Amino acid sequence: MEESLTPVRSRSRLKDALTGAAIAGAIMFGLCFPILAFRTDQNFSNELYLLSRWPAVAFAVGLVFVLRFTMLLRAPRAARPQAPPSPTLAGALQRLARYAGGAGVLALIAFPLVMVALLGPAGAQKWIDNFGIQILLYVLLGWGLNIVVGLAGLLDLGYVAFYAVGAYAYALLATYFGWSFWLCLPVAGLLAAAFGVALGLPVLRLRGDYLAIVTMAFGEIIRLVLTNWTALTNGDAGISSIPRITFFGWPFIAGPNGFAALFGLKFAPVHRLIFLFYLILALALCVNYLTRRLRKAPLGRAFEALREDEIACRSLGVDTVATKLTAFALGASIAGMAGALFAARQNFVSPTSFTFMESATILALVVLGGAGSQLGVALAAIVIIGGSELLRELDGLKQIFGPAFDPTQYRMLIVGIAMVGMMNWRPRGLIALRTPSIFLKKPKLVVGALAGEGRG
Amino acid sequence: MEIFLQQLINGVTLGSIYGLIAIGYTMVFGIIGMVNFAHGDVFMLSAFIALILFLALTQLLGVASVAFAFVIVLFAGMALTSLWAFVIERIAYRRLRGSFRLAPLISAIGMSIFLSNLVYVLQGPRNKALPPMFNDVLRLTDGGAYDVTLSVKQIMIVSVTAVLLAGFWFIVQKTSFGRAQRACEQDGRMAALLGVDVDRTISLTFVIGAALAAVAGVLYIVYYGVINSGDGFVPGVKAFTAAVLGGVGSLPGAVLGGLLIGLVETFWAAYFSSDYKDVAAFSILVVTLIFMPSGLFGRPDVEKV
Repeated sequence: MEESLTPVRSRSRLKDALTGAAIAGAIMFGLCFPILAFRTDQNFSNELYLLSRWPAVAFAVGLVFVLRFTMLLRAPRAARPQAPPSPTLAGALQRLARYAGGAGVLALIAFPLVMVALLGPAGAQKWIDNFGIQILLYVLLGWGLNIVVGLAGLLDLGYVAFYAVGAYAYALLATYFGWSFWLCLPVAGLLAAAFGVALGLPVLRLRGDYLAIVTMAFGEIIRLVLTNWTALTNGDAGISSIPRITFFGWPFIAGPNGFAALFGLKFAPVHRLIFLFYLILALALCVNYLTRRLRKAPLGRAFEALREDEIACRSLGVDTVATKLTAFALGASIAGMAGALFAARQNFVSPTSFTFMESATILALVVLGGAGSQLGVALAAIVIIGGSELLRELDGLKQIFGPAFDPTQYRMLIVGIAMVGMMNWRPRGLIALRTPSIFLKKPKLVVGALAGEGRG
Repeated sequence: MEIFLQQLINGVTLGSIYGLIAIGYTMVFGIIGMVNFAHGDVFMLSAFIALILFLALTQLLGVASVAFAFVIVLFAGMALTSLWAFVIERIAYRRLRGSFRLAPLISAIGMSIFLSNLVYVLQGPRNKALPPMFNDVLRLTDGGAYDVTLSVKQIMIVSVTAVLLAGFWFIVQKTSFGRAQRACEQDGRMAALLGVDVDRTISLTFVIGAALAAVAGVLYIVYYGVINSGDGFVPGVKAFTAAVLGGVGSLPGAVLGGLLIGLVETFWAAYFSSDYKDVAAFSILVVTLIFMPSGLFGRPDVEKV
């Protein structure tokens, strides 16, 4: 009996795998059929016509068939129980993370100098601007949003609104009233925080997903107002020739009153970028320090308690509205300052920089970095923002995919699917380790995967 | 008066499209308590599917009758979009039930980003325009300073919407699936105990919501004749506003909310300024959620410990 059963079973398993794979392939064909199989294109008289892409469809269907087939053949139907990561491994990871943080800061401090040494002052500009400053701005934004989403558990989908408020605050105050950057930076932060409080007061008693939608609507309203209030903001054309950043009053120009003359250096435009880089880095490190201290302070603990269980929090006497409002205002003020730095970097702001996609990108940094993890958010910013910038630099890809290839298109495609995968696979993030803030005898590490979920 | 009548007609047409999308939001929210953020992008995808099918039928297969092509596109679009919704629910949402509360929403946002960028990558960044069809127009008033017109498109949109809503109402009220659907909405765990296949019911709910969004997509491409990969977001938010306004979970509420949003938008654009018409819709969303979170027909959301 036993001997005769085995081959039969294996043959039926093969058959099952084949049918399963065939079904998956058929579904894939249905998904591909109009949208991948035909590309719409315009001819000279602006009429649409179709270009067929059947080889791509055949490839996609074949790929799904093969993947599904191997998956079904390998795994038995019943799900294998997954071993949760052990706390010792988690501890090792966290120790590693601590060193990685320090090493990362050193690497960041060295980055502009190494670039200048390697590529010369002119060649380094692109790298410091497109990579260094851009990534650091996203890190700053990610850390700011992390206070709201990661610590307090409030899903803010309109975070870019505060960024816009900060950027326009600097742009308008500097161009109309001639305020200096150093005055505008705190003002931008305060103004954004005020917007955060004004928005937060009515909406913070809403439940989590409604709050997310309302903040998104708020973000869009701000963008639409910036687009349509042309008298103040110049609409879609934006505000250009915003005054450049100065070194505490000494402008980065070639003349005798410039920064280069002050230090007896030969003038190079890269000085301004290096200064901006260090400024953003300093601000980001301040935010990081603040967040770390906050987690040990009563307010930060209230944030985390709020994230885990709001009802329990309220029954213990935490003023939930005031706590949420503080988180909102803190996050908003960081975004506001980041906005002022953004405007100073570009010398130009327009509403197109503040779309919902931008909010989604920042949220993706926080989600993929592991909500609550500072290092994770920074790594996510380097991989996602830096990765697509790096791909843009590679000329070989243009030869393969054609001259119109733009990696930023694919960036959001991958980010979107990664967010779905992250929620399915590890909703608490890749390196989200949570040390309880309060403990009785000795501190214990709790891995995100082991911790129970509260209703937030 | 003529302008008022004209805007009324335009508003009801637009409102029908919003209402069809809003049903997908409200049903999914009713049954698993989740804001299906990707629903607007499913609508956009269905409009693209309709556009390509129209072109394939008229150019490659040489179908001469536009009405015949429309019927085929309508049903094929519904089927193909339903397939997308089925797969999306499997991949992005099914395993997240029982995860922390924001997980499905974040996953849905990821799906929304994925879908809009997928269409962007596959079909390019440009607006895609179809040649106008069903161009006949009826004049309702004549001789005055302003002619009120009712186009065949508008009659078609409103009547297709009405017929499909009637069919949908029949499914929810009279069939065994509808009974299961309402049971899961009231108490999923109890329904499971009584032998309802909850997973299948939820999956079907997504599929039906997407099929109605596909109808909206086909009607949208017929009415406006142009679509872009970024066009899912704003109609999606407006339809969600409609669902919230009508009371999340309430089907008649979703339709009524859709009509209201359509009317507000057209009247706002006609009498105030078309620049701020989206601001009007977004403001309704904010104000409704803050002051009237259960909407017109919704059940109040009671929080239990």
